[in-house]
Amino acid sequence: MATRLKETDVVIIGLGAAGGVAALPLAQAGIDVVGLEAGTWLTRKDFAPDELRNNYRGWPQGIQKANQEIPTSRANASSPTSPRGTIHPMQNAVGGTSLHYWAQSWRLNPWDFRVVSETKKRYGASRIPRGSTVEDWPFGLEELEPYYDKVEYEIGVSGQAGNVNGTIDPKGNPFEGARKRPYPMPPLRGNQFLDRVAAAARSLGWHPFPGPAAVNSRPYQNRSACMYHGFCNRGGCHVDAKNSTAVTTIPRAQATGHLKVVTRAHVKTIEVDGNGRVTGVNYLSDGADYFQPARIVLVASYTYENVRLLLLSKSKAFPRGLANNHGQVGRHYFSHNQGAGVSALFPFNLNAWYGLPAQGIAVDNWADDNFDHGGLDFIGGGNMWVYSDRRPIAAAGMNTFGRAPAWGSAWKTFIRENADRSNTAYIQKTTLPYEDNYLDLDPEVKDPLGYPVCRVTAEFKENERQVGAFMQDKMEQWYREAGAIAIQRAPLGGAMGVTTHAYGGTRMGDNIETNVVDRWGFAHEAPNLGILGASVMGTSGARNPTLTAQALAWRTADHLAKNWKSIART
Amino acid sequence: MTFISRRDLLKAAAVVPFARGFQPAARPPLENLTATEMEILDAVVARLIPTDASGPGATEAMAAHYIDHALGGPLAASRQAYATGLAALDRFARSSRGAAFAKLTPADQDAVLTTVESGAATGFTGSPAGFFAMVLGHTHQGTFGDPYYGGNANFVGWDLVNYPGVRTMVSAADQSSLESKMMRPNHKSAYDYEFTKASGQGRGPAR
Repeated sequence: MATRLKETDVVIIGLGAAGGVAALPLAQAGIDVVGLEAGTWLTRKDFAPDELRNNYRGWPQGIQKANQEIPTSRANASSPTSPRGTIHPMQNAVGGTSLHYWAQSWRLNPWDFRVVSETKKRYGASRIPRGSTVEDWPFGLEELEPYYDKVEYEIGVSGQAGNVNGTIDPKGNPFEGARKRPYPMPPLRGNQFLDRVAAAARSLGWHPFPGPAAVNSRPYQNRSACMYHGFCNRGGCHVDAKNSTAVTTIPRAQATGHLKVVTRAHVKTIEVDGNGRVTGVNYLSDGADYFQPARIVLVASYTYENVRLLLLSKSKAFPRGLANNHGQVGRHYFSHNQGAGVSALFPFNLNAWYGLPAQGIAVDNWADDNFDHGGLDFIGGGNMWVYSDRRPIAAAGMNTFGRAPAWGSAWKTFIRENADRSNTAYIQKTTLPYEDNYLDLDPEVKDPLGYPVCRVTAEFKENERQVGAFMQDKMEQWYREAGAIAIQRAPLGGAMGVTTHAYGGTRMGDNIETNVVDRWGFAHEAPNLGILGASVMGTSGARNPTLTAQALAWRTADHLAKNWKSIART
Repeated sequence: MTFISRRDLLKAAAVVPFARGFQPAARPPLENLTATEMEILDAVVARLIPTDASGPGATEAMAAHYIDHALGGPLAASRQAYATGLAALDRFARSSRGAAFAKLTPADQDAVLTTVESGAATGFTGSPAGFFAMVLGHTHQGTFGDPYYGGNANFVGWDLVNYPGVRTMVSAADQSSLESKMMRPNHKSAYDYEFTKASGQGRGPAR
């Protein structure tokens, strides 16, 4: 029998990148919030500069909930299940994966909100790929701009603005949408190699710029500047210079007295009353069952778990899962983590041992609709990112570009000379949702409590593979201009699999027939249920999702605070 | 300018210089592998990252010891794969080259490993190529991972790839020093730094 706890105004499931942000505007408005987090607090003492632990054995975590619920995946409904991963891409902790993520903090570009209407206008309706379920967002970038701005200043983002109120600054991204003011901190520093690739891009007539990062380039809000020690990739920060919600919005929300953080809370299901309103959350903690009643429930547990929780929360009002009477939960899933990367070998050291994946040079000339697609057979494009990040085990496993075997004396001679001479670009590409790419519950595989895990059924389609091949050509051109002597291309995408950039499943939109949440992030079918995270995003753009998920989370929380009486029905 | 302490200089000086036939002074006792398995594994890692004219290899790094130790902890899931894979490798060496793997010449050992790597070797329970990739990956971990875990002894792996060492702060001046080839390896483990010695849970990570 579950212990029934005292009712709260809002319960947030998951205090990660999105939930940890949403807590702040609510708490500041005097709304009482209970944050249920499956993990524990981790601090700088937990973040040793240790490649083996961070990158090969899973990162430090107090609780391994997510690792026991890793989704299964397959390319399509008739293909066999792919081998299941051993480490979940997300971690359970206060601050969640924002503790160890790369911290690239991009805004989407204007085109990303209007893919359908802009494509039809410029190229005609036939250019929307067959089978795609892509829709325009219910609003444009200008609606989200104030929330991007809010989050950039609250958590701290370093970067170079390219468009402030319509004035283009050539040092930044000339393709970005207008922002009201510059970033709160200048970009992270460069180095010799990054200066070289920026010069190479300029000589091709492109527009290189340093990318935005939720990492302090100088001391900010009484926290240290980045130490560039080289263990940021899947590592937490030993000086709190990475701006996870655990060191920014969550402690600030706690300081108001209106956020109660409950760690080791393993949420099982969301309860619903006879009228289809949610009433609270069932969770397990150290073997005991609890029911936390709340006027509002905000689900912020990452795309796979958001979908799974809704599908597991069946009731009389929602026999197919919470907010799923239109069969949209799990639909419109996609990830732009196609791979299809490009690696380059240079005839000189890159001196990349001390850096971080968010320290780099981006080119947006071939992203989105920033170039004419009239003579091409795809829509969208990619953001190219050359960054400074290297550690010894990974360096030893480098591609040998056909110049040496993978082991033995010849390899050893090669690695001695070349361990610091390769670079692999990160190319994020437009990826669309399709009718037959989706999430559901696995019919066989269960977690230790006996609940089915999430199942991914998704593959990259022709449009995405065309984008991948096009971007590889551009990337090779860039590397060659910078002096590369050998290039290797990774294969174009097949199965989508389980990733850190997972979108959709609870898409946001005005049409209840094709979307789970409304334009404010509340479920069409259950109006006191809000959903936070990239699961509400209908397009990905060509960049990391976190800042957009955080801006949307702030906007949903702000809307709730401003309309408390009508949404909470007090 | 990078600060190099007297202690660092002494430690750097104490690194055993490379010499053919180098063996660790005291061999750590076996923890998980049998003596037979360890003899085969020792011979395998010595071919994957050989001790040769370019310097020490996996033997001096004590990569096989790293694997033996980790098989009782974080790599426990691979214990069975080592038991069956090493036995299959030895059987394949005998059937294809006429002697136990450890007794073959380096050239014959390389020929056996190449056949295993390609997946063409016979007598394996699972995929021979998969077994090879696993051992190579763990040998990298034991040669280039932090010495805290029992491999990369005397930092020979980090010296091999010219990694200048774990630092907790790298200033712009330090980066310039690296770029002008002035930065010296500091031969420090992550766990030489005070703040890492007790985690929030009150202990270091499992080794």
